[in-house]
Amino acid sequence: MSLADFVKRTVSKWMRETGPEDDIVLTSRVRLARNLKGFPFPTLATDAHANEVMELVRQAAQNDAMKRLGKFEFIRCRDLSPLDRQMFVEKHLISPDLAQQEKHGAIVLRDDEVVSIMVNEEDHLRIQCILPGLRLQEAWNVASQVDDALEQTLTYAYHDQYGYLTACPTNVGTGIRASVMMHLPGLALTGGIQRLLTAVSQVGLAVRGIYGEGSESFGNLYQVSNQITLGESEEEIIANLMSVVQQIMEQERNARKLLMERNRIQLEDRVSRSFGILAYARKMDSRETLERLSDVRLGIDLGIIQGVSAGILKELMVLTQPACLQKFYNRELSPNERDVRRAQLIRDRLRMNDTEVHG
Amino acid sequence: MLCERCHERPATVHVTKIINGVQTAYHLCEVCAKEQGDVFPNPFLMGSPFDFNKLLSGLLNMESSSGFTPVTTQAQQRCGTCGMTYNQFTQIGRFGCPDCYDAFSARLEPLLRRIQNGLRHTGKVPGSAGERQQLARRLEQLRRELQQAVAQEQFERAAQLRDEIRKLEQGAQ
Repeated sequence: MSLADFVKRTVSKWMRETGPEDDIVLTSRVRLARNLKGFPFPTLATDAHANEVMELVRQAAQNDAMKRLGKFEFIRCRDLSPLDRQMFVEKHLISPDLAQQEKHGAIVLRDDEVVSIMVNEEDHLRIQCILPGLRLQEAWNVASQVDDALEQTLTYAYHDQYGYLTACPTNVGTGIRASVMMHLPGLALTGGIQRLLTAVSQVGLAVRGIYGEGSESFGNLYQVSNQITLGESEEEIIANLMSVVQQIMEQERNARKLLMERNRIQLEDRVSRSFGILAYARKMDSRETLERLSDVRLGIDLGIIQGVSAGILKELMVLTQPACLQKFYNRELSPNERDVRRAQLIRDRLRMNDTEVHG
Repeated sequence: MLCERCHERPATVHVTKIINGVQTAYHLCEVCAKEQGDVFPNPFLMGSPFDFNKLLSGLLNMESSSGFTPVTTQAQQRCGTCGMTYNQFTQIGRFGCPDCYDAFSARLEPLLRRIQNGLRHTGKVPGSAGERQQLARRLEQLRRELQQAVAQEQFERAAQLRDEIRKLEQGAQ
């Protein structure tokens, strides 16, 4: 398969398309945790329970209300190879935990990959909507519509006082986790990032690396999300997150402006070196890839690097992950081989015209 | 200062935890602190990657630890539906089934107060839970906004909200 075809087939809508404020906010994501009434949570579920839940969800995913919302496919984890499951994780469509649930797990995926529903992860259902740019409200609306549609045929575990019941009390109530993935190189370079992250965690929000809970932050990418799910409505939660995100964006823009005014030549040198390394290196590990891509993306945003699409960061940060690489080269690769192939893929991609890939 | 636990030796270990802005301090002697070592779980030593559930179960264990609040009998409480005990919940940080929430509500509420913003859901309601509840939630939300508008002296907005509340209340009767 040619690289252009692979890119076309692999990138989801959130990677391909642009969105509001996407010089800083790469994606907006909303996920809703839901459980079915009358079943134990997945932690205690027997094979029979898990199978019954999967069957009920499979049927619900085909109901008329769901048909009106798009084309959904129900896929059991055991019908996917470990490599394909890992690729779904790398594309942010499922969690690493679900990828482990070979026996009980399933995914309901909309064809544009904007909506994915995880079945039998920590909760029976995790409805996710992921959109490019800062579009939290829209992501919530879409997730909520899917929630309504599923409810036409499913009965949720709901408590008049506590709201939607979830396996872990950290999700009870609305069951909502709204998050934005932010690219903050300006704040990292000017040294404001730690202070900011501390401030964010003090207002009840969480900051994580790009692959969620426990993952490290590479390439100046951070996920900011709500922690509280009970006692505030979904709208309040989103408004609160939005206002913090707006403030972070403002600070990031100021930092970038400051860098351009005071350290222009150092900045130009830095992003251009990173571009040179990406364009010519023969070995690249994942961490360096993200760091160099972050520099290049900053260079594109500030007009220092021209002729490269700004989408390159989102696209390559997924395509250079281990499972995607192995899928493209169609064989198992040792970490050392991956570094060589990763460098090759990046070089080839940077030499391609964007119209070849995105038409 | 004497150790809070043995009231014999001087307190040399001071632990302050801040959860959602609520500060709690413990003052222990070294011997008691060592004995209570599992009471102050260091999330970074509990096996990485850092896992919120582990931290949560650490919190729960602290609450049920006999050193501070003798509640061992309650820890044996069982959910009538799935059979999970409160002890098991504190180990894994997850409930067994939806009915656990009612079975353990007395123990759960102090926890929810710390990790959440109150004890009452104010958001979306499933269609099946009835339009009445949806309406009640909407009214509650509007009343809150009304209070806010009045507090901020936005009287025009307050008047609008008042009218909307009246209309909804009349519709409900």
